Amino acid sequence: MQTSNLLPLILVLAVVAYGLAYMRSRAVAAPLGGIRNLKALPFYYAARAALWCAIPALIVLAVWAGFEGKVIQGIVIASLPQDTWPESAGQASLILSQISNVAAGSLDPEFVPEHIAGAASLLEAMQDKSGNFKAILVVLIAVLGATFAWTRVAPHINARKNVETTLRRIFFVCAALAVLTTAGIVFSVFLETLRFFDRVPITEFLFGTSWSPQTALRIDQIGSEGAFGVIPLFTGTLLISAIALLVAVPVGLLSAIYLSEYASKRMRSTIKPVLEMLAGIPTVVYGFFAALTVAPFIRDLAEIVGLEASSQSALAAGLVMGIMIVPFVSSLSDDVINAVPQTMRDGSLALGATQSETMKKVIFPAALPGIIGGILLAASRAIGETMIVVMAAGLAANLTANPLDSVTTVTVQIATLLVGDQEFDSAKTLSAFALGMLLFIVTLLLNVIALKIVRKYREQYD
Amino acid sequence: MTDQRSQAEIVRKSLKRRYRTERRFRLYGILAIFIALASLFILFADIISKGHTGFVKTTITLEVTLDSGMMYLDDPTDKDQWSSADFKAPIIAALQAQVPEAASAAEKRELGRFLGTFADSEIRDLLTKNPELLNTTQTIEFPAHDRVSVYVKHADNPRYSIKLSEQQQRWVDELLQKGIIDTSFNDVLFSRGDSREPANAGVLGAIVGSLLTMLVTLAISFPVGISAAVYLEEFAPQNKLTDFIEVNINNLAAVPSIIFGLLGLAVFINLFGMPRSVPVVGGLVLALMTLPTIIISSRAAIKSVPPSIREAAEGVGASKMQVVLHHVVPLAMPGMLTGSIIGMAQALGETAPLLLIGMVAFIVDVPDGLFSSATVLPVQIYLWASSSEQGFVELASAAIMVLLTFMIIMNALAIWLRKRLERRW
Repeated sequence: MQTSNLLPLILVLAVVAYGLAYMRSRAVAAPLGGIRNLKALPFYYAARAALWCAIPALIVLAVWAGFEGKVIQGIVIASLPQDTWPESAGQASLILSQISNVAAGSLDPEFVPEHIAGAASLLEAMQDKSGNFKAILVVLIAVLGATFAWTRVAPHINARKNVETTLRRIFFVCAALAVLTTAGIVFSVFLETLRFFDRVPITEFLFGTSWSPQTALRIDQIGSEGAFGVIPLFTGTLLISAIALLVAVPVGLLSAIYLSEYASKRMRSTIKPVLEMLAGIPTVVYGFFAALTVAPFIRDLAEIVGLEASSQSALAAGLVMGIMIVPFVSSLSDDVINAVPQTMRDGSLALGATQSETMKKVIFPAALPGIIGGILLAASRAIGETMIVVMAAGLAANLTANPLDSVTTVTVQIATLLVGDQEFDSAKTLSAFALGMLLFIVTLLLNVIALKIVRKYREQYD
Repeated sequence: MTDQRSQAEIVRKSLKRRYRTERRFRLYGILAIFIALASLFILFADIISKGHTGFVKTTITLEVTLDSGMMYLDDPTDKDQWSSADFKAPIIAALQAQVPEAASAAEKRELGRFLGTFADSEIRDLLTKNPELLNTTQTIEFPAHDRVSVYVKHADNPRYSIKLSEQQQRWVDELLQKGIIDTSFNDVLFSRGDSREPANAGVLGAIVGSLLTMLVTLAISFPVGISAAVYLEEFAPQNKLTDFIEVNINNLAAVPSIIFGLLGLAVFINLFGMPRSVPVVGGLVLALMTLPTIIISSRAAIKSVPPSIREAAEGVGASKMQVVLHHVVPLAMPGMLTGSIIGMAQALGETAPLLLIGMVAFIVDVPDGLFSSATVLPVQIYLWASSSEQGFVELASAAIMVLLTFMIIMNALAIWLRKRLERRW
């Protein structure tokens, strides 16, 4: 039976368990003189039965569904005659897809070698068996759980405490899921990165100045090695992020200052949400805008001035990215400017300083750490941004500081290396994970530093 | 005395300059706001100007005589005859009747190129469904080829290059005048999946894919997000573990979205062996991505419930869990819903992680389940924007308008909820 059918089935069983336990608790209570003689309300006995029915079954189902595919694949591969065992992971996946195509009926068994056809029928049988076994096991566990809870409907047992403890644990697991996600990111990406460093030395990756991750079709082909030096990707990322910050910081900061110090309340309440809209627009829309409108415009403009601009210039991607992060800078600066105590403002104005002098000489220096924290957060956002650069920046890893040239970034390379068909286990595919690791570490560092600065700054005025 | 007076004099003299600086500073602020607002305006104007033509389709309506001799076809239900039959011949004949000038075989072939690539299969499907129509004359509407469509819609736009010869342009003008070639509302856009041919491509497949993906995301991130928020706000003891979880959540909120794509690829696809490009995996990845947003906003909502409510409930003997589930969570629900809707809107517009888990495949069929191959709206926009055929640019802009409409609706809903349900204590 399919997992998607089992889920509603478990739900139905849980509802039945709930109803039965509810009735039983009333039945138990009746001879004692009503439910006031139970330790908990009937609702809690019923809820406990439902939890006992559903939770163990769901856990078993999740584990089974998560690993059944891999286990069956392993058994099927092991069943092949020894001389046809795959030598590499790539070959294994090829054979497996052949087998599953035959099993699914999209490939005629007559066209494949006999051992594949045999394996396909084994796969089908295994899948059937696994599905049936899973369904029986899950239903059995659900019924057993419900029965156990049913037997524990007794006046002296406090079901409310049980239910509350269980719920609390569920809440804790949900909160811990965030940690699990981080762990998942670190371990999955880290393991693949280690495998990558088996092939390419870490020093070459970090300090190499050329990036061309092509792997050759033939071993003797020229340039078959591929080059995995991350420096040109990093300079490209930094160039585009720097352009973005050059746009976003002045625009964001000045508009935050104007809105918080000069604007009337009405102007503030209308303009702020409109500015925030910039942050809500999907990045793919910015990418479209950068690639199809801004980039050609810049190229034409450069032509008029007599400069040569690439049709995928870093400038176009950077400008549009800058517009995108304006609301980040402005709302973060707004927060820190408002956090500066009013007394400092009043003191400065009382001494006869104009508003702009107060701003520049008193508030801005006081707010500076917080603003820098905000800028760092915006920078981490710019470095990790993908769609704008995928669509508007190039693929060529040029080591250049000319904003009219085409550069590529870490995120562009991750996306292009992993989109479409991948060769398993090649240095090319693995390098994307190494880039991901690098990106993760850099953005994490920026965030940690930024949050620390912002927090310290807040404490100063609290 | 003189000293004070001279100082006052200095101040007075510098006043003019200081006021000028003040005005300039104000101007910078206004300029900054203007730049930001102007960019937003230009962005919208650009997309609307590029995309409004995507809602218009160019059609060729012809009276076609489905002559069996001309098509070399006796029995439309016989599949063996299909390969040798010429379904396009009657269309070209009908077109040629309208343009008598095109008489030679080469010219007729050129006329045939006015039609979309799938015109012949349209005839085939019609005949297979209704074999009795063979040898009758039917009025049929065909989508025009991209070249014709670009000429009809964008003849004056220098951004588009017209790929029709002078003669062909004349023919198209003639057909336009006769009303054979016409433009109308592009219903194809909302009723089909992707296609290689702009005239046959629609966003329905992507919209359904997005809905299925969002369904999975919502089903996971909403309950898990508010449970986590409840735990952290109400139950978590003040210890190292809680601190660690909190720091973790704050950091996760700032992890670049493409990293979540790597996680999905490595864990869900490679480790658990889930299929590629299905809404379930996409939804899982987006759920992990939106969780921090939902947790953070839900916590803020829980925090805003005044302690007096909790104390009152505890005072009448409610247990901690009863206080939370009966009073705090229902009162915080509007805020939680608002945060979740905003998180979902973010997830709806997300593209990068979905590229990595294979949701960029070219998929013609509208997905029919959580485990069928699908693409989503933003990815469809990306695919069309990077396509080389001219007709796809306006479709991409039209799809952007559809996407933005969805997002505006979601955000408006969030604002409405906040205004309507949120209580000030």
